[in-house]
Amino acid sequence: MPSDQRPDPDLLLAELQADEARAQRGHLKIFFGANAGVGKTYAMLTQARAQAAQGVDVVAGLVETHGRAETQAMLDGLSVLPRRAMPHQGRTLFEFDLDAALARAPGLLLVDELAHSNVAGSRHPKRWQDIDELLAAGIDVYTTVNVQHLESLNDVVGQLTGVRVRETVPDHVFDAADDVVLVDLPPDELLGRLAEGKVYLAEAASRAREYFFRKSNLIALRELALRRTAERVDAERRASGVVTTEGRVMVVLAPMAQPDRLVRHAARLAGRFKTGWFAVLVESPLLARDAAMQARLFAALKFAGSLGAETATLPGRDVAATLVAYASEHDVGTVIVGASPRRWRPGLAERLLALAPGIAVQTVRVAAAPARWLPRFGRRSGGVLAAIAGCAVSSALLVPLATLLALPNVVMLYLVSVLLVSIRFGRIAGATSALLSVAAFDFFFVPPRLSFNVSDTQYLLTFVVMLGVALTISQLSARLRFQADAATRRERRTAALYELSQALSAALTHEQVVDIALAQLAPRIDADVGLALPSRDEVLSHVGGGPVDLAVADWVFRHGQPAGRGTGTLPAAPAYYLPLAAPVRVRGVLALTPRGDWQPGPEHERFLSTCAAQIALALERVHFVEVAQEALVSMQGEQLRNNLLSTISHDLRTPLTVLHGLASTLVAQPALGEIPQSLAAQLVDETARMNELVANLLDMARLQSGEVRLRRDWQSVEEVVGGTVRAMGGRLSAHALKVDLPAGLPLVEFDAVLIERVLVNLLDNAAKYTPPGSTITLGASAPPGSLLLTVADDGPGLPSGQEESLFAKFSRGAAEGNTGGVGLGLALCRAIVHAHGGTIAAANAGGAVFTVRLPRRPPPTLPDPFQNDPPPEPV
Amino acid sequence: MSVPRSIQPPTVVIVEDETQIARFVALALEGEGMVSHAAGSVRDGLIAVGTRQPDLVILDLGLPDGDGVTLISELRAFSDVPVLVLSARSQEGDKVAALDAGADDYLTKPFGVAELMARVRVLLRRHARQDADSRDGRITIGNVEVDLVAREVQRGGEALHLTPIEYRLLSVLIRHAGKVLTHRQLLLEVWGPAYVEHSHYLRIYMGHLRQKLETDPAQPRHLLTETGVGYRLVL
Repeated sequence: MPSDQRPDPDLLLAELQADEARAQRGHLKIFFGANAGVGKTYAMLTQARAQAAQGVDVVAGLVETHGRAETQAMLDGLSVLPRRAMPHQGRTLFEFDLDAALARAPGLLLVDELAHSNVAGSRHPKRWQDIDELLAAGIDVYTTVNVQHLESLNDVVGQLTGVRVRETVPDHVFDAADDVVLVDLPPDELLGRLAEGKVYLAEAASRAREYFFRKSNLIALRELALRRTAERVDAERRASGVVTTEGRVMVVLAPMAQPDRLVRHAARLAGRFKTGWFAVLVESPLLARDAAMQARLFAALKFAGSLGAETATLPGRDVAATLVAYASEHDVGTVIVGASPRRWRPGLAERLLALAPGIAVQTVRVAAAPARWLPRFGRRSGGVLAAIAGCAVSSALLVPLATLLALPNVVMLYLVSVLLVSIRFGRIAGATSALLSVAAFDFFFVPPRLSFNVSDTQYLLTFVVMLGVALTISQLSARLRFQADAATRRERRTAALYELSQALSAALTHEQVVDIALAQLAPRIDADVGLALPSRDEVLSHVGGGPVDLAVADWVFRHGQPAGRGTGTLPAAPAYYLPLAAPVRVRGVLALTPRGDWQPGPEHERFLSTCAAQIALALERVHFVEVAQEALVSMQGEQLRNNLLSTISHDLRTPLTVLHGLASTLVAQPALGEIPQSLAAQLVDETARMNELVANLLDMARLQSGEVRLRRDWQSVEEVVGGTVRAMGGRLSAHALKVDLPAGLPLVEFDAVLIERVLVNLLDNAAKYTPPGSTITLGASAPPGSLLLTVADDGPGLPSGQEESLFAKFSRGAAEGNTGGVGLGLALCRAIVHAHGGTIAAANAGGAVFTVRLPRRPPPTLPDPFQNDPPPEPV
Repeated sequence: MSVPRSIQPPTVVIVEDETQIARFVALALEGEGMVSHAAGSVRDGLIAVGTRQPDLVILDLGLPDGDGVTLISELRAFSDVPVLVLSARSQEGDKVAALDAGADDYLTKPFGVAELMARVRVLLRRHARQDADSRDGRITIGNVEVDLVAREVQRGGEALHLTPIEYRLLSVLIRHAGKVLTHRQLLLEVWGPAYVEHSHYLRIYMGHLRQKLETDPAQPRHLLTETGVGYRLVL
């Protein structure tokens, strides 16, 4: 809403007036530090001297040098205001003389220790009030303060460090200051200074050191100071309406001695800003020629990656422009560059600032890279020899024609040879060729010929121009060549990736993916490529290509991160291991065992990880295709099995149904006579038994075919028992059935139809193996975590020792005998109970006792409306 | 038309592709003086039901030209004739589907003639009674008497306290007495469409009802469980 941001006119007016007042008022600059000893006073004096040098009337109102020579030296040349002697508790203290300062009315007054409390009897109890008066009088003031003296942070500091300072400054004084300069010193360096005795401590130094100067305290204080400064800057920025790129941090890695230091600095800064950060390396021809530096920078880049940076190598001729483009693309607000003391052209920082004024550029002083001006001769000798040869050949060709050719044409032809040599052999050879050509031209063609003497001084100009042109040609053509090379390299990688993805897209099986990956990768990398893929049970195995250490590969597979050579994990491994990370999960591991001293650089790594991702994607695709196929096959299999079973079921049952129906029709015909009727009744019974058998056989077949789909549901035990008793029908008519169910049995989750089958079979069994008149008890109980169903009888019991074998298929209690049944019943019971994750056991206890134990979890609760089902209307 | 129907013998259409089964069912029905017509497929069955105006349909679920359940759905579009389904055990899913589609009862193969005729009689009576009985409003279940008009339940002459849900469940069962109601149908009618998957509600409340209405809740005589299918109230 733009209208909301339009400034209020009244506010603007008030601001204008405040500005006027401020213009008359003195300016306050606060040198702000985390701690004593960071160098606030020193920094203040440094700036004061700079002001004095520009002609400002600088007076040191009160500067605590703590007797340090360096600081004392900084005071030299500044006029110092004499202190005022104040009697205090029988002693004389020398305090800041406010009146003298006001009378002196300097342009800039230095007053150390903003938080100082004045001695009783002074005009103001606090020094900040003195300074306020000075500012009101139009005097600019420089002062210093530590973070623990800020009122709002006083108790935070107290809690953090255990040391509470009594002297505090109200925050508004800090916030109203025109400038706050943060004087920052890393805790390690501070501790170092402390150890060297460079820090003045008012209290007993050892105690303070123990309590206050612990590194953790120093870090915390530093963070507080930085944050407080950031808040101020933030507020200032908002007030001034300046919009800067509130952004991320980018560190630029360029040839330097200790790139890691720069990376650490950037990581800290990013941490403090709580933003993401980038580490970038600009590939340049200069860098391409220095393999050692390149390796060092790649290592730094990797280090940055390990600290959480997003890393990139950027191709580009113009380093600054490339960086600025990258920075603006990635919302970078702060760029960190290393600056080494130099020299004749503007540093990277200046160029960045010139290109993108909105970006903050931090320069960190680093040692310059050891210069490598002279190439090693061995590597370049080929190029130099070529230059000599080129020059010799052109001279040999041109000398016979010396009389025919005008000298300018000879120059032109020499330049052609320089051009050819530089294109083919690079800059050094080109430059050599340029020099040689000029020399040869002078020697062979410029009169007096066959001497380096020159008769006409005009030729000197010719030489200079020729040399200049030749060198330029060699530079330009070499640069062209570098760019062409870089482009070709990139082109080749892109083409390789394209080919890989093309080839992989055709793969239909894991094996094909493996073959294609190996065939595509191996010729492009100077390493043996090995692949390890997980089996179904998540165990990695080597599936092709070069050697794979499965222990390392397993780590990579589990963690999804590269490991092995050149990484932070298991670096002793001979190979570099890359996870094949697909969107869903890691699909395998790629192992690269370098041949020779090949080391994967960042650009290479990116190429490899892209390849790995492609392979992983292909594996995932293949995997899902296989899963889909398997599902289809198993669905079809199940369908087939179900069809088969229901066909058998239908074919077996139809004649049974007819038999049963017709027999029962006969039973219902009283006219038939008693004997035929009883025969018919027997027919009915036998058919029913046959049906039971068929039912058990079919159920067994279903359970055995695997993948029985239990229709688990929350069931009431009473209902299932009731259903069982009803299903038994007349089969228990000769026995006494006792149902023993405790009240309040919980609901239990199971397949009611199948559990009913179990109970029917157990009751049937009991009825079969006990004499008529026996009592059969069907009981249930629900101990925690399980449901027990028992069928007990008071019959002869089980043959001892056979309690377990009873449950085997086709076994019967009495080996011989005429009791019907095939002994499939108990086997079926066991299969059903096992499918539910339960157990079934048989025992003798005054008869046979069968106990079914089913697992039980707490039943679902009814939501309140039903629990508190209100009573019906009064009747 | 309605007067002669009670005098005329009941007409039954048997849709069954196994001629032997169809034959003995027909024999049994005719032995009770009913008229039966046999059809061997879904198509023939629908034609028979449409033309014969039967009082009952006996339907086998496995037919050569399609599923018996589709026949029920199509039949229900134009007729509320009672349907008795014949199916094998272990096909509970099919039974539930048939009942949800509108079948009234089922009989598991193999079955005896006595069982068959008992079901047939119940269905014919229920159908005939539907208009007459529900006006009376008094139902007796064992020693429990339910007054549907006054919404009173008495057991052995004493008032019996039922919660609103229990009463609603009981009245739904009474309305469909003799018919098998699937879990889904009961949940839908008593609790509403959001609760058709909450079969544990049903088990708990059915347990409560049995405790209050049955003499021996573990071996109920009226509130019967059709394992894997649903419940049936037998008066």
